[in-house]
Amino acid sequence: MIETILSNLALILGTTLMYSTPLIYTSLGGVLSENSGVINIGLEGMMVIGAFIGAAIGYYVGNPWIAFIGAGVAGGLFGLLHAFASVTFGANQVVSGIAINFLGIGIALFLSRIFFEGATMTKSIQLDNKMPRPLNGVFPDGSILNTIFDNQYATVYLAFIMVLLIWFFLYKTKYGLRLRSVGEHPTAADTLGINVMGIRYFAVIMSGVFAGFGGAAMSLAIVSNFRPTLISGHGFIALAAMIFGKWKPQGAMLACLLFGGAQGLAVYLGQFDINIPTQLISMLPYVITIVVLIGFVGKSSAPSADGIPYEKESKY
Amino acid sequence: MKLKMKELRRALYIFATEKTVGFTLISIFLGLVVGALFLAVAGFNPFRAYWIMLQGIFAKPSYISYTIIRATPLILTGLSIAFAFKTGLFNIGAEGQFIIGSVAATAAGYFLHLPLLIHIPVVIISAVLAAGIWGGLAGFFKAKFGVHEVISTIMLNWVALYFQNFLIYTKGFQKPGGETSYSIQPTANMMILKTWKQSEAGREWLLQHPFWKDLLRTPMNWGFVIAILMAVLVWFILNKTALGFRLRAVGFNKFAAEYGGINVNKNMIISMFIAGALAGLAGALQVVGVSHKVTLIAAMEGYGFDGIAVALIANSNAMGCILAGLLFGALKYGGAKIQPFMQAPSEVVSIVIGSIVFFISIPKLIKLILTRKSKKGGTK
Repeated sequence: MIETILSNLALILGTTLMYSTPLIYTSLGGVLSENSGVINIGLEGMMVIGAFIGAAIGYYVGNPWIAFIGAGVAGGLFGLLHAFASVTFGANQVVSGIAINFLGIGIALFLSRIFFEGATMTKSIQLDNKMPRPLNGVFPDGSILNTIFDNQYATVYLAFIMVLLIWFFLYKTKYGLRLRSVGEHPTAADTLGINVMGIRYFAVIMSGVFAGFGGAAMSLAIVSNFRPTLISGHGFIALAAMIFGKWKPQGAMLACLLFGGAQGLAVYLGQFDINIPTQLISMLPYVITIVVLIGFVGKSSAPSADGIPYEKESKY
Repeated sequence: MKLKMKELRRALYIFATEKTVGFTLISIFLGLVVGALFLAVAGFNPFRAYWIMLQGIFAKPSYISYTIIRATPLILTGLSIAFAFKTGLFNIGAEGQFIIGSVAATAAGYFLHLPLLIHIPVVIISAVLAAGIWGGLAGFFKAKFGVHEVISTIMLNWVALYFQNFLIYTKGFQKPGGETSYSIQPTANMMILKTWKQSEAGREWLLQHPFWKDLLRTPMNWGFVIAILMAVLVWFILNKTALGFRLRAVGFNKFAAEYGGINVNKNMIISMFIAGALAGLAGALQVVGVSHKVTLIAAMEGYGFDGIAVALIANSNAMGCILAGLLFGALKYGGAKIQPFMQAPSEVVSIVIGSIVFFISIPKLIKLILTRKSKKGGTK
């Protein structure tokens, strides 16, 4: 009896890890950008381009890590675009972020049609060329650990390492302190000689890199190709998770895990012949998120200067 | 002659930087240039592509009609988002409100049996109310529990999507054997001259009048007129009523508004209700005018997200939403035609729209380019 419960829990946990991973990368991107004071609503578009570039390089080159890094670079280029508008030209960051979302899906599908014979769906990556599964077959067959870790791709573990790294960077290094100070009070940071523009550029580009990773974690691991509806809204969910997690890497991770967990539960319940329609079960993650927000999390507060373009005082 | 060029540049500068319309037009132009660059690099003739698009929008009466039909829901979701923007809220939930509106319209259109002139208003009002409540929910969550409306509306979008899919598989609503609902009653159908088009006399008359025959080939309906009326209404509410003043005050400065005795929470809920109602109206009009039913949806259809771009291109101006919606509808409808005619990716339209919005976000860049040019002209 207890064994069945445990193995069911393990199954849910396994799906949870799988579904949370792309969201964790992407929301980490959001954490970086917004802590430096730049709203990044373009995560969705950056994730889409990452997913496409990952799938395309994965198919043509065959090495998942080159594909993964390529996806990060592609996302980073979109981050650069966002930084160019919002840091250098003081753009309304929501507006340029929305632009990034249209550009992301537009450019991904445009390139897909050119490199994949007019199709909006890329060709599947061969099974051997997908992300490796480091713990595959390590634990004995049928054991609980095996149920959880057997099918997890390397991207899953990397995601949690990244959470730790970003947390360390933000709260334990002087550069992280600088980044946060730029997001809280850019003028004060500037008077202390901190390069506000430079740090914001770095943060926004890195947020694109992470969103690109998030997309690739989808197209190189969970599935093995890119299609127009692959990301459809996950970038926005990651954005929500970042706000939900109060703009902190660990908080964002927990929010993504909650979301992935609800999804895991939905998948788990879906396999039984119970009398709840699957459509209602699919609603679960979203309803749970709202309920949790209403019940447990108070008002969330963004970094003080989030969304406000910074301009040096005019010298004249 | 030189002087004239200088004057022209100066005029262009003023037009582009001090008039919002001028700046928007330049952004649209630059967006089209970016699209052309993408096409050219990929080896397609951009002029030919844009020519095909233009023909695809204007060459036949039916094309124009389809463009307008495409634009109608976008004008309304654009209005919904623009309205929320003006009151300081970011409504990402137009997508879900659209879905709730179309579901409610289908239900009221199918289950109710009412006389012709009453049925359509009843359908529309029930859809608007349902979607208004759906939108108001996000406002309520924000007012009462401090839940960020961006998160709650994103989540509500998905709940709405699965709710529609759930209903489609529900007995009594699902059309047997299909992944769609039953169609609405003929009394709820808002297509122009629908019965006459299919009647003997109508068919004969149309045969002799090819222009009208082509025009009426499309599901032409009153939706566009309603959308324009709504734009006027939104403009009126925001600018000419006390309610609009209060809503804008909350959007402008929440704390000052509260200090001035305005109930911020109540106004937030009202604002989201109206925004939801507008997006729901878009869904309702789509059902009574075009689709007459709802079908299974696998992913977001994008009415709400496209509406964000419409609102941004319109600078959240109600009248601007009409034009931006038309531009958007035209690009989408005309743009789709470059795929079959020259095998060029029709997704270039998303690139164009993204670039337009991108340029709109950086007025300073355009200002900078134009000042550089006029300075150069000056020193020569």
